[in-house]
Amino acid sequence: MLSNFGNSLIVVNILITLSIIYSVVFCISNEKQTIPKKIWNFSLYQSTISITIFFTLIAGFIISDFSLVTVFQNSHTLKPLFYKISGTWGNHEGSLLLWINIMIIFSYLFLIYNKNSNKNYLFYTLVIQNILIIGFLLFLFINSNPFSLIFPTPKEGMGLNPILQDPALAIHPPLLYVGFVGSSIYFSAGTASLLSGYNGKEFAKSIKPWILVSWIFQTLGILTGSIWAYYELGWGGFWFWDPVENASLMPWFVMTALMHSVIVLEKRNTLYPWVIILCLLTFILSVTGTFLVRSGVLNSVHTFANDPSRGLYILVFLSLMVFSSLIIFFYKYQKYSYNFNANSKETFILVNNWFMAFFLVTILIGTTYPIFIEVIKKINISVGPPFYNILIIPIIIPFLIFMTFGPKAKWIKNKFSSFKSLTLLVIAATFLNILISNFFKSYSILSNIVITSSIFLILNSVLDLVKIFKKKRSFDFPRIISHLGFGFLVLFIGISHNFSIEKDFNIKIGETKLFKSYEINFESLETETRKNYKAVVGHFNIKNLSNLNEENARPEIRIYNNPETLTYEAFIKSKLTHDIYITMSNINRSEYYNIKFQKKPFMLWIWFSVLMISFGGFLRLIKNEK
Amino acid sequence: MKNKLIIIITFSFLFFIFFIFYLSLDKEKNYNTKNLVGKKIENFELDLLFTNNKIEVNELSENNFTLINIWASWCAPCRKEHKYLILLKDNKKLKILGINFKDKKNNAKDFLKKLGDPYYYNAEDQSGKKSVKLGVYGIPESILINNELRIIKKFIGPLNNSNYEEILDIIN
Repeated sequence: MLSNFGNSLIVVNILITLSIIYSVVFCISNEKQTIPKKIWNFSLYQSTISITIFFTLIAGFIISDFSLVTVFQNSHTLKPLFYKISGTWGNHEGSLLLWINIMIIFSYLFLIYNKNSNKNYLFYTLVIQNILIIGFLLFLFINSNPFSLIFPTPKEGMGLNPILQDPALAIHPPLLYVGFVGSSIYFSAGTASLLSGYNGKEFAKSIKPWILVSWIFQTLGILTGSIWAYYELGWGGFWFWDPVENASLMPWFVMTALMHSVIVLEKRNTLYPWVIILCLLTFILSVTGTFLVRSGVLNSVHTFANDPSRGLYILVFLSLMVFSSLIIFFYKYQKYSYNFNANSKETFILVNNWFMAFFLVTILIGTTYPIFIEVIKKINISVGPPFYNILIIPIIIPFLIFMTFGPKAKWIKNKFSSFKSLTLLVIAATFLNILISNFFKSYSILSNIVITSSIFLILNSVLDLVKIFKKKRSFDFPRIISHLGFGFLVLFIGISHNFSIEKDFNIKIGETKLFKSYEINFESLETETRKNYKAVVGHFNIKNLSNLNEENARPEIRIYNNPETLTYEAFIKSKLTHDIYITMSNINRSEYYNIKFQKKPFMLWIWFSVLMISFGGFLRLIKNEK
Repeated sequence: MKNKLIIIITFSFLFFIFFIFYLSLDKEKNYNTKNLVGKKIENFELDLLFTNNKIEVNELSENNFTLINIWASWCAPCRKEHKYLILLKDNKKLKILGINFKDKKNNAKDFLKKLGDPYYYNAEDQSGKKSVKLGVYGIPESILINNELRIIKKFIGPLNNSNYEEILDIIN
């Protein structure tokens, strides 16, 4: 029943999308200067139907309709309702449906918000966006249909992988998708701008809010993904340079670059070709990331059922997208003259773009290099954290310093004035850094320089905040919040990276282990039966001998039934100053248990810093709207 | 003129990238090891775990059957399968080569001390690079080879009772 309903709605939506393309092309060729009622109606239907399709699939998950393959493979009657719903987008087909929904809704919203813009530009944007939508709708219908039937209807589903049953992961895909699928709208707008010749300040204004929205959500999406990895995967880290993480980070760098350079286009009406390249690149990288992850070319923690035919479809689509947009770009490209003063805000924003380009290229090479090597030389290799650490960490230092100076520079021509106060700040930052490394009794030159420069940025931003409150000038407030957040992020990652305590040992019930200033006592073991799994719970008492604080820790080994899986649930106690992290695993035919103990300083602050970064973007968005 | 050159370079570069992506789709899946059964493993050297010597894979052809087991002290499922390895230890037709994977030497030693050492050869692969040659992407994994060095069977994940019996069936 649901299957027929869903499938017919998909077909209807394909037809509506084709009608939109047809009627908009008609408008363009007749040089219409108003938006016909027809287009409004079609767009409204398109969004409504698309949302209905999505809710139909959610309904399938809620009522556990196992006649649908997607539901059968990813759900189970005993699963809590919340995870039944989030299971909808926890698989390839459902997430593609979500993807299409975002493209369609963004298309409709763009129409609403830009109804007074240049009509030619608006029409071109709609055509291109809807061509993209058609591409994905066909992909959904032919190759990844969420409403495919299975016969005979199974009595019970295969269940959702327990490590995916996590609140952070439930909201992770929607957030991330608004981010990188949202970038499709400025891919379309960028191409439309080339085709219609609508460029300059007005164009910059029309795409700026969309860049901000996608950037904010991309940031939050990456954040939830990494929170999930930290709490659920049980490896005690939050970033692994996994291909999937890289796939989400690459568009983020381009978005960040774009967000900065679009300001230059808006204020100074220059950098237009570069802004267009970034507009195109963001969505291209998003689709490339999807290709790498979904086709099974790269292996990673995101185990979508891999299927080369999917990969082929995305690859063909991607290459059509890349080549046609490039042909348009080169065909319409004109020479623009840049007359930048080397010491001006424009230059500093360009410097930001160089850094972003560097980070992007580093990660792009690290992610795709194994593919090239394997195809060409038939060797399997994997690129790990050392590669990224060596290349990225040292570059963070000048980046932080430019981030401090850049925003202070004036448009057109700048003069450095307050050398005295800057020197003072450098001294203050170094001093604070010495205090930090003294406190943790550990030292390494590179990380200390990184920490010093991040403190430098933080102090500067705080100083700027104070100035703003004195002068009541609020324009720069969002920027300062984001930059301050980034300073904190680097600082706290630096501290937690360098000053974590880690200990790995075997212990049996009743035993006590002593190390550094900690005493860990394994008190007892209990077995509990919970809703959809059995849990073996270890009771530990952790005593900090330096301040006599005591802590009870309860790491678990969980045995899930559907599908049958063993997971090691870390016990994590998050405090303002540090996290205590314990995982327990059993040793067969032995009364010993293997314990991983970690103390990680300032973990909560890492999440908080990222929130702050995206909050800055949010503030900018509200201010723009006014 | 200069512009044309840039266009040509950009397009040919992109064509190259897409071509490679296309090829990567076509090939057997990265690290899919199931198809390795029946193939002969190529010769390579492994460092021994407890001494500074090396062992060549070719030396394994002296045995009727060899079970290559890749393990680590940090790997919980490895503890699970260990008892089956111990049971196989004294079988006359089979020798077990243990490859200690991305591990610390002391932890590995402790592990074998506590749970027993079933391995005839103890080799190590601290970087994880050599195991890739055997098509290993996760541990534990066990590979049964014969005296021609052909892979007879691969066991991905911890060995269980039925795997154990299967191994006994094959070698007898």
